Amino acid sequence: MIDETLIPKLGVVTDIRQDTPDVKTFRVVGTDGKKVFEHIPGQCAMLSIPGVGEAMFSITSSPTNTEFMEFSIKKCGCLTTWLHAMDVGQQITIRGPYGNGFPVESAFKGKDLLFIAGGIGLAPLRSVINYIRDKRDNYGKVQIIYGSRSMDDLVDYKEIIDEWMADDGIEVNLTIDREQEGWNGHVGFVPNYVKELNPDLGKTVVMCGPPIMIKFTLGGLKELGFKETQVFTTMELRMKCGVGKCGRCNIGSKYVCKDGPVFRFDQLSQLPNEY
Amino acid sequence: MQGKMIARAKELLQNGTVNRVIGWKAGDFAYDITPAVFNSAEELDAGFVYNDFCGANFSKYLVKESRKEGKILVFLKPCDTYSFNQLTKEHRIIRDNIYVVGVPCDGKTDGETLKLKGITGITGIKTEGDSFVVDTLYGEKTIAKADALPERCLSCKSKKHVAYDELLGEDGEVCESNRFDMVEKLEAMSSEERFNFWRGELSRCIRCNACRNVCPACTCERCVFDNDNSGIAQKAAADSFEENMFHIIRAFHVAGRCTDCGECSRVCPQNIPLHLLNRKFIKDINEFYGEFQAGEDTETRAPLNIFDTEDVEPSVVYEKGGN
Amino acid sequence: MFKLSLNNLNDLFKAAAEGGALYIPADDGAGQARFTRWCDGMEMSKALKTVKSAKEFFFPQTESLVDFKMKGKEIEIIDPRTESEDFVVFGVRACDARSFSILDKVFLADPVDTYYKSRREHGTIVTMACSRPEETCFCTAFGVDPTAPEGDAVCYMTEDELFIEAKTEKGTAFVEKVKAVLTDGDAAPVEAQKAAVKEILPKLPLANLSTDSFGGDKLMELFDSPKWAELSASCLGCGTCTFVCPTCQCYDIRDFETGHGVKRFRCWDSCMFSDFTKMAHGNPRLTQLERFRQRFMHKLVYFPANNDGEFGCVGCGRCLSKCPISMNIVKVMKTLEGESK
Repeated sequence: MIDETLIPKLGVVTDIRQDTPDVKTFRVVGTDGKKVFEHIPGQCAMLSIPGVGEAMFSITSSPTNTEFMEFSIKKCGCLTTWLHAMDVGQQITIRGPYGNGFPVESAFKGKDLLFIAGGIGLAPLRSVINYIRDKRDNYGKVQIIYGSRSMDDLVDYKEIIDEWMADDGIEVNLTIDREQEGWNGHVGFVPNYVKELNPDLGKTVVMCGPPIMIKFTLGGLKELGFKETQVFTTMELRMKCGVGKCGRCNIGSKYVCKDGPVFRFDQLSQLPNEY
Repeated sequence: MQGKMIARAKELLQNGTVNRVIGWKAGDFAYDITPAVFNSAEELDAGFVYNDFCGANFSKYLVKESRKEGKILVFLKPCDTYSFNQLTKEHRIIRDNIYVVGVPCDGKTDGETLKLKGITGITGIKTEGDSFVVDTLYGEKTIAKADALPERCLSCKSKKHVAYDELLGEDGEVCESNRFDMVEKLEAMSSEERFNFWRGELSRCIRCNACRNVCPACTCERCVFDNDNSGIAQKAAADSFEENMFHIIRAFHVAGRCTDCGECSRVCPQNIPLHLLNRKFIKDINEFYGEFQAGEDTETRAPLNIFDTEDVEPSVVYEKGGN
Repeated sequence: MFKLSLNNLNDLFKAAAEGGALYIPADDGAGQARFTRWCDGMEMSKALKTVKSAKEFFFPQTESLVDFKMKGKEIEIIDPRTESEDFVVFGVRACDARSFSILDKVFLADPVDTYYKSRREHGTIVTMACSRPEETCFCTAFGVDPTAPEGDAVCYMTEDELFIEAKTEKGTAFVEKVKAVLTDGDAAPVEAQKAAVKEILPKLPLANLSTDSFGGDKLMELFDSPKWAELSASCLGCGTCTFVCPTCQCYDIRDFETGHGVKRFRCWDSCMFSDFTKMAHGNPRLTQLERFRQRFMHKLVYFPANNDGEFGCVGCGRCLSKCPISMNIVKVMKTLEGESK
């Protein structure tokens, strides 16, 4: 049977946890209780509630998780508002996986990795980070610089504290935008924090966050001596089909859904700045 | 007239009255004329044109243009001035940033109208008296202007400019128009005939939105049909009900404000006589509340904006004796 | 080569419509041509082109993708497709015929669009060579020969006769099906017509339109041209050009509440529309300049970059005829000429 790309499969939401005031993480399996499909870290899936809408979300769980997929979703539009209001047991539709994913088995292999994320931008990186934690021997040192508006807005805070920080060879640097009671960590914006931390130039960088953070962090990294060829990011544009046909996520000759969402900055700099 | 207009535009640019001119720009053929902003005498010399194919009404462009730096010169044909007044009245354009030069009009045709008359392969058009002499790839064709004009010009409502800072050429008069003839025919039909007529016309709609986007009365910042949350934001008509609804809602929304400029029908790629919907409203308003021409001036309150106890209560329920 | 007298055209149509649908260009209520399902006695339009291109046979303006039934927390997914019938599109011009191979490059690329593919498989395309090209025609600039269209079978129409020649297996099947009304024809009148049209082609006003300044390698110099501002200045942001275009294939997917379920349908969309790239948190193409540029960059640069240099335009001239402000790909090409080295 031909795989019908535009006809979705059924998924069941088996767990919902409130990550931050506006981010929830949804656990999804197929109606048979198994994963709906396999994926590569950084790939996405189209989730939908019929009649409400369909949209692309990055799969935030690692492929090494054999039981389920997770999606960390910020409430910001029509569909996401609906998803935030639903209860466990709700069926949704799901299709994918879409996109290229991160080069975890090629460019990243054996490298020291630096992850830089802001706000919900951690969601697509979580998949890679956990993949690497599960295949620790294949990679060098891992540093994670993550910032958010406030302590409450740090996505996956519990997992970061309990698991990531407990791991050997993983350095986690958290920061929040403004002073807050109960927070004795770093305060300040991500781009500045990156410069302060002055990471080793040999690291391969994986970055995701709001456009303004990306812009200044990239500038900062370049000042430190990083090259565009060693910085990866993942993009988000409006998508409808997910397979490079509907035309919506077209930037230059690339389709973000098919040729991306993961790009190296030297690749992005050859494209029109329409994202 | 074209020469006079260019000369006057240059003067007004030169003496600083305006800093740019919105006008018609010549294309590759005789008829493919594009609205354009000219910034200098050189640009005017290079492309400004005014001929029988300058149908585009610039009033709506002024919504954006009048919010830019400096004063803009606009050439308006008589029927365009009604749209201009209406937009002034609705505070959609900033009158002080616009210098209006009224220009005469004997009716404007377009390539598509000529093609519908069977004249194809058009390589050049000359005006000779009351006729167009059309050079085509397949020989010369002559057609009387009266036969080559679109409906909106054949039933022209006014050759009088109702708004201007200055006029070039003689001003005309409000015309005796037969523009409600077709509406009367439609009114005389049985409801089934009328429904079939409109289904026949509206079924050709491809929802390109050209009618809405060109309409000087459609200046909402965000149209309900573009609003995802409205529940009716369908790109393509999901069924025939929606196909009708788009046009009917639009007609309702511009009722009392539509000046009958006819741009909707001019731009429709499927030649749907959309102006008939608007004319039905205009005719009804005339009959229920007394003669009213939207855009005639910038002060008169529109009949649909005034409520008094003498108002008729036109409704199917009322007509059938209910209350 | 077979032929038939034009007096017997109705017999040809009757034979062709046997056991399947036949579509021919016919005049609509407004006197313009559109592909219409043939019924006995329907006459073929004399117009060179239909208002809408023939792409809608394979990529219709709206089509159901999937149906859903919602019950509490449960969702039922239903494939709404039923067995499609075979159909014949008669009288497709060379430009439209070429557009199918452009659409194929999108819809048949991995992963295959099965909705499109099924229609392609069920459709037989009978093309009609052009005998009276118009001033808006510039197909030759994009390598289309209007005297020798692609298609399953090709027709030539002279003053009083129709000539037909099968080019593919499907075309042969079509000719076999209608053979009873045909007689053997010799190629001389066809060759004479081809020669006559080839005389006209260089005289077309757009005959010298050049694509030299465009292509996949001209990305940034064209994208950054300051001329997009003046080109797009009076664009209304409607979808006319997109919807009459034979190669525009962007689409939207939307849900429609029927009252007893949800229909998810696909419909034509336009990069000219303001909400095309709008997301919950912003829009990367905020003004008409960016939207306008996208449409032409896609046809003249992005598409060739991904498809071995093939442009996403077939020179049919519909946008020239139909744009409300008479802005079109030819004006764009002429204005940008020389912007790239």
